[in-house]
Amino acid sequence: MRVRGTNVGLLFSLPYLVFIALFIVYPVGFALYLVFVRWDLIAAPQYVGLGNLRYLLSDAEFWQALLNTLIFLCVNVPLQIVAALLIAIALAQPIALRGFFRAAFFVPVVISVAVVSLLWQQVYNTDTGLLNTLIRAIGLPAVPWLTNPHVAMPAIAGMVAWKNVGLYVLFFLSGILSVPAQLYEAAKLEGASPWDEFWLVTVPLVRPAMFLVVVLSTIAGFNLFIEPYVMTGGGPLDSTLSVVLYMYKHAFSFLDMGYAATIGVALAAIMLVVVTIERRLIDEPTV
Amino acid sequence: MIARRIAGYIVLTSAALIFLYPLLWMALLSFKPQDEAGTFVAWSGHFTFANYVAVLHAIPITRALANSLFVASATTLSVVVFSALTGYALARLQFAGRNVIFAIVLATMALPFQLTLIPLYELIVKFGWTDTYLALIAPNAISALGVLIFRQTFLSIPKELIEAARMEGASEVQILTRIFLPISLPAVVTAGILTFMNSWNDVLWPIIVIRKQEMMTLPQLVVAFSAGGQADGLPGQQFAAAMFVVAPILVAYLLFQRYFIASMASSGIKG
Repeated sequence: MRVRGTNVGLLFSLPYLVFIALFIVYPVGFALYLVFVRWDLIAAPQYVGLGNLRYLLSDAEFWQALLNTLIFLCVNVPLQIVAALLIAIALAQPIALRGFFRAAFFVPVVISVAVVSLLWQQVYNTDTGLLNTLIRAIGLPAVPWLTNPHVAMPAIAGMVAWKNVGLYVLFFLSGILSVPAQLYEAAKLEGASPWDEFWLVTVPLVRPAMFLVVVLSTIAGFNLFIEPYVMTGGGPLDSTLSVVLYMYKHAFSFLDMGYAATIGVALAAIMLVVVTIERRLIDEPTV
Repeated sequence: MIARRIAGYIVLTSAALIFLYPLLWMALLSFKPQDEAGTFVAWSGHFTFANYVAVLHAIPITRALANSLFVASATTLSVVVFSALTGYALARLQFAGRNVIFAIVLATMALPFQLTLIPLYELIVKFGWTDTYLALIAPNAISALGVLIFRQTFLSIPKELIEAARMEGASEVQILTRIFLPISLPAVVTAGILTFMNSWNDVLWPIIVIRKQEMMTLPQLVVAFSAGGQADGLPGQQFAAAMFVVAPILVAYLLFQRYFIASMASSGIKG
């Protein structure tokens, strides 16, 4: 009982097409519709024209959330690149226990962000936290990691770096290991210092990995939700309010579906712009 | 050279400590009496199961464990089956619209979830699916990444193999299940691990579509318990609850470490 000819392909793709129509095409269309309405999920949606967009532009809390994301990225991205590159360079040497180290750095990657957030809430606890117990032991004053509005977002950015670096090490490592050993030999014969070698040989060859890390961390930064939801609720003083958390609040605390969808659409658009700029800056060789 | 290698070991050892010690601290703290929390050294003279007993009494965590196991397994099975079907069609069948479908797959890979989150919730409400397994499984039932993984793998299988099988009178379903899937186990493992891990660890979507405590997934229940005020100031109990989420995935990771690392690495490169 063999189905003949060209229709088998369509038949095989049918589940995917139904899935796409239901869970992607329809929601995207409905999101664009919601931008123009006010709707509490219960009463009939009410057309408001550009009202949601106009409100968004003047909504200080939305811009605060966006600024918070920027602060997050400014700490998180460089930290991850430096740490992952440093570890990858160390791992690329002929070193014993390479397998163990690589596996160890990867453990946080497989653990749920919910658990990581709960763990670091305690690590960052001002009085009883792991970090402050250590800091006090060496005679320094305790840091209010999650309760000071200037420190909380960078602290969360550090935690996210801790969770993700293990994955990014892999990307850099495969970049570094793809460098032919002769290139390093040649550099050494030419009298290059380790510093020159790093900038002239390693960095250009890990550029694709660098691009990947920057883009993935940017997306992760814009997706930030569970971490502030669990650790700070967006506080203190909205300093850890992420855009997704703000969207969540509008949808599920204020039942303002139209405005929540507007935030989602705006965030998606901003993400697209930022990732495009990053691609221009990093992906093409600068020479 | 020697100095460089020593520097390498220093970097790696301190990094290993930074990555592993907080986790060890969490694990040990979950076995410590409440009054011993808040020390840097996690070791204790009197380890106890008190926190675990308290958690088992306070929340339906075994039910949540079963929910998560079911949802993650069903999602994984669905992703593998449907992605393999679509991947096979895209790689090895000729039909009108094939290129369009492939373009859709690529386009949806880049689609940010923020765009569809609110309408997707509205859809679940409209279907009456809130507080059901269907709400957790259906929107994740196929993944564009899964389709891509299978398409790439199937493209590397020689065409002659299909032609010979068709000659013998095998149907396309038989070709897929008897020939292609058995020699594409790495693709099955990659798609399977990625899907299972994402489903097991996800909290955002469950928080949106599940409100009833007995329908909550494991990480969701643990968050509700710890951040919802029930376990305020009781890190031992929070960590005991968290260990239910960590232990299964950690055991799986230790057993299938190579596959986990390879899957995650490939996901980034393809994504």
